[in-house]
Amino acid sequence: MGARIAAKDLTQGQELPSWSYRVVREDLVRYANASGDGNPIHQNEEFAKSVGLPDVIAHGMHTMGRMGEYVTDWAGDPGAVERFKTRFSAMVVVPAQGGNTVTVAGTVAEKLEGDRVRLDLVATTQDGASVAKGEAIVALA
Amino acid sequence: MPLNKAFEGREFAAAPPYEVTAESIREFADAIGDRNPLYRDEAAAKEAGYEAIIAPPTYLTKLNFIYSAEMMLDPNLGLNYALVVHGEQEYEYRRPVKAGDVLIATPKIAAITAKGRNELLVTEAVIRTADGEQVAVARSTIVSRGTAPQEG
Repeated sequence: MGARIAAKDLTQGQELPSWSYRVVREDLVRYANASGDGNPIHQNEEFAKSVGLPDVIAHGMHTMGRMGEYVTDWAGDPGAVERFKTRFSAMVVVPAQGGNTVTVAGTVAEKLEGDRVRLDLVATTQDGASVAKGEAIVALA
Repeated sequence: MPLNKAFEGREFAAAPPYEVTAESIREFADAIGDRNPLYRDEAAAKEAGYEAIIAPPTYLTKLNFIYSAEMMLDPNLGLNYALVVHGEQEYEYRRPVKAGDVLIATPKIAAITAKGRNELLVTEAVIRTADGEQVAVARSTIVSRGTAPQEG
């Protein structure tokens, strides 16, 4: 397969369409089971508060997983991702009522040799806090 | 208590082989809410030129819990798990992980550095198939809160 986006159609600094997802407690239980990360701060409100957290928080890798989906859906091929890095800067707090909504946005940070680009990514929660910054190098058509 | 700097650069024995199943890929993709058919439909994966169902980029986090236990739990390292936060994660991919792969991770502690009051523990694992083909490199930065050596 190959990417559906052509590098020649992109310009440095170009913003990609942003995308939002909702995360609720049940998502974190499912993620804990699938990933093997059973840390109770991601599932148990009482425990999370007992260690000084405001509430249950999402796994950093859950956020990175969703940022990965943003990149692979945009590129059209998961195999196009050569490098993917995320720095977790703040918590995604997930209250029992309503959860949280996270918006992922990307920018073409740099055009690289061989039809590859470096994307800068940022994930922001509904209160405007930047929770994760990422970088992906993607091989395009 | 600061981390034991003697662990910097230390390599650990390869983790036990991990067999990637189509079921575990589907379960992981469901858990991150990613509906991509390449993660669940073998016919779609083959049509796209892959031999089998492929895994989302962050699927490799599953291996992390297998290979990092030995490093993190070594009492001589001095890591207090209650003080730990995931600071950063990086992957370099040669190709996507696919169903049927048998993966072996060889981990090491790449760096231990102080940053303000915290310490940063960087682990790096080379992930190869049982046949020796390199698939990916995973790098994690773990923040150990408040354990940096005190100055003065």
